[in-house]
Amino acid sequence: MSGSKLDLEKDNDDEIWTLRLYVAGQTPKSIEAFANLKDICETYLKDQFVIEVIDLVKHPELAKNDNILAIPTLVRKLPAPVKKIIGTLANEEKVLVGLDINPEHKQDRN
Amino acid sequence: MNRNSDLNKIILKKSSSGIEGLDEITEGGLPTGRPTLICGSAGCGKTMFAMQFLLNGAENDEPGLFVSFEETQKELEKNFASLGIDLKSLEDEKKFAVEYIYMERSEIEETGEFDLEGLFIRLDYAVKQLGAKRIVLDTVEAIFSGLPNEFILRAELRRLFAWTKDNGLTAVITGERGENSLTRYGLEEYVADCVILLDNPVVNKISTRNLRIIKYRGSAHGFNEYPFLIDSNGISVLPVTSLLLEHEASTEYIPSGIESMDEMLGGGGFYIGSSVLITGESGTGKSSAAASFAHETCKNGKKCLIFAFEESPKQIIRNMRSIGIDLQPWVDKGLLRFHATRPTLYGLETHLVTIHTIVKEFNPDNVIFDPISNLISVGSSDEVKSMLTRLIDFLKTMEITTLSTALTLSGNQNADIGVSSLMDTWIDLKSVETNGERNRTIDIIKTRGMFHSNQVREFKLTNNGIKLIKLYLGPKGMLTGSARVSQIALEKYMKLERSQEIERKQRELEQKRIKMEANISEIKAQFESEKDELNRIISQEELKEANIEDQRNIMAKVRHSNSNNQGGA
Repeated sequence: MSGSKLDLEKDNDDEIWTLRLYVAGQTPKSIEAFANLKDICETYLKDQFVIEVIDLVKHPELAKNDNILAIPTLVRKLPAPVKKIIGTLANEEKVLVGLDINPEHKQDRN
Repeated sequence: MNRNSDLNKIILKKSSSGIEGLDEITEGGLPTGRPTLICGSAGCGKTMFAMQFLLNGAENDEPGLFVSFEETQKELEKNFASLGIDLKSLEDEKKFAVEYIYMERSEIEETGEFDLEGLFIRLDYAVKQLGAKRIVLDTVEAIFSGLPNEFILRAELRRLFAWTKDNGLTAVITGERGENSLTRYGLEEYVADCVILLDNPVVNKISTRNLRIIKYRGSAHGFNEYPFLIDSNGISVLPVTSLLLEHEASTEYIPSGIESMDEMLGGGGFYIGSSVLITGESGTGKSSAAASFAHETCKNGKKCLIFAFEESPKQIIRNMRSIGIDLQPWVDKGLLRFHATRPTLYGLETHLVTIHTIVKEFNPDNVIFDPISNLISVGSSDEVKSMLTRLIDFLKTMEITTLSTALTLSGNQNADIGVSSLMDTWIDLKSVETNGERNRTIDIIKTRGMFHSNQVREFKLTNNGIKLIKLYLGPKGMLTGSARVSQIALEKYMKLERSQEIERKQRELEQKRIKMEANISEIKAQFESEKDELNRIISQEELKEANIEDQRNIMAKVRHSNSNNQGGA
């Protein structure tokens, strides 16, 4: 039991989280979402994350790939499976659940 | 400046819907640059409607974007390919595009405020890529099940509809029928320009499709529920008004197949392209008259199509042989075709489309419906009437002569299903019961633009087809059958008796004359003999008189000489 848990943690530790934030221009919601995301990532995924911000106003053709409707949308590209969270990411707890981040484990590391 | 030209400028423009008949009801189509809501329950043809609208645009240089929230591009292509529509080639020609928007709530977590700008950007991008003038959102309500927070979604939907208007897109938005509202999420609140309801009620276990325009802001429109049909050509609504009364009127005749009937009709038969109705109670010979017509048509090398709603083709052929009409050779030659179905097999609109399709394919000169009154079991009499109106008008525009039979029940005033006013010629068959027998009569109630006999005739089914016999009309009224025969025999006898009586009288007169003449000659003879006698007496008397005179003269002479002697002496 504990061995397998360790393995899982190890996997998570090695992985770089690729997060993609879709926004539409520099709107207050976009700015807020980005700030919230950065906060959470720095708290729980220190040095293990990449955030790509995609501005759909500049690249509308990219919206189709991840089937984006709502803005802002956060897509967890890696680790698989793909997960999506919409909104300004104001509720930290929900973001952690949505991205499947284990809050306790990360806090331990800090 | 001018008030009128200002009005013309702001007057509502309309875009053709591509749906046969709908443009007539809406007087031009859907409002250009405005959203139209199509609502209806599952399977009533919303997607079909929307697709047809886009296809029409594709043909008319108005590219269309199909935003699908339910079916993928591949699914759509496949579904419409089975209807003979090649979406792929239209996509390649940049006249049509599909934007598939996938919804899966379980994947999405909401954390704070959001909007649907992503959807707007996608739609905007797709519209600009295509240069779309038309857009379909099918079914936009899916976002309610795909995304959380109904409050935000409603606000965004309102913005979406405003966006289509701002971009000058003629939009068709489909919505699932709700329980107490037109759409499940009350879209009709936002789309207020034009709302069309599609419906497929099941009446008497038969499904029909109806279309109704609930509102159309700034435009006149038909208010009725119009039946529509979906076939391989898509949706078509066929309101009565879609067919203007502009059909050709032929002055040529087509024989009715019953010689004396042609005489009754003034010589030639029916006008080509006219509609003929034969009404009558059961067993009056309607089908036989219809078969006679079919037989005659095929004999003249023309094509006849029979829609039989009661009997199978084989049964009809067998039965008609009994009156000396053999239809089988015409079937073999391909001049005659039967289409036999039970009326309840499908709904009215399907009947209509089947008839349309077969008529267009077979291209007949005459069409026979036997009996048209059976269709009444399919829908309400109003629906049937409107369907028949459309049908007859359609056949008239094709210059096809139509003969329909209709069953009447004694005492039923609506027996002709109200179609008699549509018919050019109305022939009524009756069965008259007298002296313990039933005889058939025929009369022409009306025939437009033709002299016709006002006489009722007896209608007889013989081994050699149908014969019409002049009725006996006498002091005792109209007689048919054996009563007519016996009356004629009686008259013959009476005539003979009368002539014998006359002969007898004449002979008597002759005898009297001879007798009289004999008397006359007898009297004459008597007179002659008496005359002779009298003459003899007269001459005797005259002789006597002469003698007396002579003697007197002699005596005088004597006396005179005596006196002379005396005096002289």
